[in-house]
Amino acid sequence: MKIILNNRNEEFHQEQLTINELLAEKNFTFKMLVVKVNGELVKRRDFDSVTIKDGDDVMVLHLITGG
Amino acid sequence: MIQIPDYYQFEVNLHIFAAFRLKTVTVVFIMTLSNQISNYLSKFTVGIAGCGGLGSNCAVALARVGVGRLIIADFDIVTEQNLNRQYYFHDQIGRLKVHALRENIQRINSSVVVKAFDMKLCVSDILELYAGCDVIVEAFDKAEMKQMIIETVLTKMPGKELVVGVGMAGWGKSDIISCRTSGNLHICGDEVSEVSDDLPVLAPRVCMVANMQANQVLDILLRDFKPLQL
Repeated sequence: MKIILNNRNEEFHQEQLTINELLAEKNFTFKMLVVKVNGELVKRRDFDSVTIKDGDDVMVLHLITGG
Repeated sequence: MIQIPDYYQFEVNLHIFAAFRLKTVTVVFIMTLSNQISNYLSKFTVGIAGCGGLGSNCAVALARVGVGRLIIADFDIVTEQNLNRQYYFHDQIGRLKVHALRENIQRINSSVVVKAFDMKLCVSDILELYAGCDVIVEAFDKAEMKQMIIETVLTKMPGKELVVGVGMAGWGKSDIISCRTSGNLHICGDEVSEVSDDLPVLAPRVCMVANMQANQVLDILLRDFKPLQL
């Protein structure tokens, strides 16, 4: 499948991935994350159930301390 | 006859002698572009959550350009360690940040209305304090608080514009600081430089991100601004 991840085109050999699978695939191991799929926020408890499919627009933001 | 919006013009009454009689003539002057912008911005309200390195510097930038109302919130007091990056002065050490910042803003631009709240913000506070804001600026220190406000605004305040600051510790690396937008969420910072014992937050980079947040706020507020040039 082809998706847009953080405004960049990305290709995966899987047909679909859960959010946790996508994060593992991309080595995103951060504790504090905000994920949006097609503009909608996905809660952390739904990371194993919400799937990402071909054509989806995914935003992953890693939250870090400092300000 | 050209229709000129009120916020672009001001009137002066001139008393002149014409045909040997005193007459009053009203002359309309068009404001300079920067005055048009500040008059236009005066109708907007911006909420700032946190008054540390990001919040204090962002608030000052927004006050300088003339944003009408700022709603600031923080629970902390000014310490000597804050002065390496936050918009406070030595004689304000020990004072509540929200009170010191309101004073500093009003010394810069007395026409800005500042609502100051001495409190540690939770979900219900954000919904209540910032409901009437045109844009909210996230200016917290802790990652957990950043996550909380993002989730609150995206799920409970549909359509509300939120500008967050993520990643500004250390020095140098100016070229990796950037801004990206996803719907109503605007992210400023390098997204990688976390504060630690080896990587403190220092004035230059935190001010870059704070001013980038202010710049993003302007971009949002000035979307429909039409400068008047004759």
